Amino acid sequence: MAAFLAVVIWLVTVASIYLFSGIPGWFPEQISEHGGAIDAQFIRTLVVVAISFISAQVVLGYFIWRFRGRGTGRATYTHGSVKLEVGLMLLTAVVFVTLAAMGQKVWAQLHLREAPPDAVQIEVTAQQFAWNIRYPGADGKFGRTAVKFVDDQTNPVGVDPQDPAGKDDVVSVNRMAVPVNRPIQVTLRSKDVTHSFFVPVLRLKQDAVPGMQIPIHFKAMKTGEYEIACAELCGLTHFKMKGYLMVMSDQEFATWLKERANN
Amino acid sequence: MSEMTHPAVHEAPTGFIRKWIFSLDHKIIGIQYYFLALFSAFLGMILSVIFRLRLAWPTETWPLLAKIFPTGFEGGPMTPEFYLSMVTMHGTIMVFMVLTTAPQGGFGNYVLPIQIGAHDMAFPVLNMLSFWVTFVSLVVMVAALFAAGGAPISGWTAYAPLSALGQVAGPGQGLGQTLWIISIAIFCVGSLLGALNFITTVLNMRAKGMSLMRLPLTVWTWFTTAILALLSFPVLLAGGILLLMDRLGGTSFFIPGGLIVSDKIIRHSGGSPILWQHLFWFFGHPEVYIAILPGMGVTSQLLSTFARKPVFGYRAMVYAIIAIGMLGFFVWGHHMFISGLSPYSAIAFSILTLTIGVPSAIKTFNWLGTLWGGKIRLTTPMLYALGFVSLFVSGGITGLFLGQTSLDVYLHDTYFVPGHFHLIMGVAAIFGIFAGTYYWFPKMFGRMMNEGLGKLHFWFTFIGVYAIFLPMHTMGIMGHPRRYAQATEFKYLAATQPFHIFITIAAIITATAQIIFLVNFLYSLFKGPKAPNNPWEATTLEWTIPSPPPHDNFGGKTPVVHHGPYEYSVPGAPKDYVMQTDPPLPGGH
Repeated sequence: MAAFLAVVIWLVTVASIYLFSGIPGWFPEQISEHGGAIDAQFIRTLVVVAISFISAQVVLGYFIWRFRGRGTGRATYTHGSVKLEVGLMLLTAVVFVTLAAMGQKVWAQLHLREAPPDAVQIEVTAQQFAWNIRYPGADGKFGRTAVKFVDDQTNPVGVDPQDPAGKDDVVSVNRMAVPVNRPIQVTLRSKDVTHSFFVPVLRLKQDAVPGMQIPIHFKAMKTGEYEIACAELCGLTHFKMKGYLMVMSDQEFATWLKERANN
Repeated sequence: MSEMTHPAVHEAPTGFIRKWIFSLDHKIIGIQYYFLALFSAFLGMILSVIFRLRLAWPTETWPLLAKIFPTGFEGGPMTPEFYLSMVTMHGTIMVFMVLTTAPQGGFGNYVLPIQIGAHDMAFPVLNMLSFWVTFVSLVVMVAALFAAGGAPISGWTAYAPLSALGQVAGPGQGLGQTLWIISIAIFCVGSLLGALNFITTVLNMRAKGMSLMRLPLTVWTWFTTAILALLSFPVLLAGGILLLMDRLGGTSFFIPGGLIVSDKIIRHSGGSPILWQHLFWFFGHPEVYIAILPGMGVTSQLLSTFARKPVFGYRAMVYAIIAIGMLGFFVWGHHMFISGLSPYSAIAFSILTLTIGVPSAIKTFNWLGTLWGGKIRLTTPMLYALGFVSLFVSGGITGLFLGQTSLDVYLHDTYFVPGHFHLIMGVAAIFGIFAGTYYWFPKMFGRMMNEGLGKLHFWFTFIGVYAIFLPMHTMGIMGHPRRYAQATEFKYLAATQPFHIFITIAAIITATAQIIFLVNFLYSLFKGPKAPNNPWEATTLEWTIPSPPPHDNFGGKTPVVHHGPYEYSVPGAPKDYVMQTDPPLPGGH
């Protein structure tokens, strides 16, 4: 039975390696400027994890088999080794903290550095269960909003009709067009509960919290249509809260905006 | 032996009610907690199988289930709100009613006083109260499950404002959510009472010679767990009361101004949804260690017993337990990296989180060190302890991914997270409970459990839990968000459907295999062979007394301790184990 348990533990180890390292094909496509750094950090972490995981499981299985109770002699009498404990402590502390520190670079790029001043401004207002995407229009300014102006059909984000800055705002539901290779700044808001703006191909996720305006920025490097998912439980049809990110050329983007503005 | 030195000594009760229901005996209370957890574990497991059905076959109808829960199946297939309510209740019942009660209230209550040589807990009445308060909490939680309007759908974390707005936010958010919060608040009170008792008992009631560095590691983990509970449950209690006030009293602790929900303008202003997350996770992260630490203690105890070796690095193990407990209070922010938390504090939380890997690595290393050079006896409890080590490594190590800010930007709230925490705080902790059950059953009930059935149960469960939770990591890497009633709405998730089907089938098989445990448990309770005092040839104090022990544990005597807790295979000793109460050996061991 000892041999059987050892083999099962080793098989689990092999299965884990398979389930984690089929990854290059199983990660969704990566199209953002910062996403490569996140994927690289994942791989670095995977290496550290794999070394620790495989050695622990292999040794566990081996010891179970090797030291199964046989014969009449007694077990080795020892209370451990301070030298080994201290060595392991220092080694793991250095490796784990270094790993955590390395990951902060891309985090800083995303959250500590602000979007460049020429970034395209977009406001995303989440609600149960849709994404309202607003562009500031030609004046580059968003109009004021208030709940009393909200109408689900005609004015989903509640733009104040009296505010001249809001006249040329463009609102699109669930379809978010962005120009390729240009910095985009998104301001996240929510009308009701907490949602999370998740674009797998961008390697980007940020909660949209009611009462807060949370800025995020990114650059999409490849044209195409991609899915936006909600990643924070927001109620009944959380699983259908889907939007589309449409990455297009500058020209197509300008045309797209103009068409919406005319409506 | 005067009343002064042993305030906990009380007469053996004679009536049925004082003996079995409102008992002051820590052993009976421990068994009561254990049965509460056993009931809850089966309930929570059944709920999980129900919602797994929808994930694998979203459009299938289930006539039998539809008869039991007619509103959950209106129109044929399981409704999404029913799915979410099952997810919510599964998580809540498992975390609170199983993982918090069985390891601590169950085994801790039963074994801790005996292992330190005490006649009972320090405050027997408080002990009884803590169980009955917890029982009331369970009753209210089950009521939430069957509440008019449905059970709550906001998950076991009950994020505000979804949980704060009432029925307008979704089905089940009315009465069901209110009952849920009340139950949790009551539970906090019960856990607090228990925690006070454990801490006082360990500090004040140890037998002569039972110094801190002679405490079994189980006692160290129960003691540390009690401190965690004492410091974290009050915060959840406060959060729960504030949330209840937002719902019923018109306050706005968690609800900001300017909300419009289902076309209704909400008349609240000034609250913060993030505040709930801080309060919840300030409790919620230590809670992970409340669930898993006792399992670590049981594993250390069992590896030593069945490898016939002292625990490798006993002192390092004690320091690691304390370090894990302390660090556990400074890392709650890693649940909130993408919540709108300050990105600067996220960096601090991230680095502190990864340092928990250090004491965890020490523990794993010492478990392997304990096996090294041993004479391993593969009994059923030992199989579960070995399974715990394997699961602890697999579940713990993926924390290196999730503890990092940058990786959370992608992995947060994907299936990677339930994969990770189920392995570590879910099934590793459950393996600790199973290990404890097979190990202490003879002491608690005076009969042996069946080894053959026990081993069969182990193989199904060990392979089963890996089959269920390992593939979830892959689904997380594919970007599958958790708490989706189905994966079929998104094109990029199309490849995950076969995973869902595989996991559901594995879950059904594993859940069914738990019947083996139930049969073994019930059969052995009545028909198992009589247990000797020390069936495992173990060293700690509970094995020096009859199985089951007399009412005052040590039959009017007070044990005196001469040895450390894990003196196995001592050279020159007459047997391959030296019990803690054995007279000092010639030669000074």
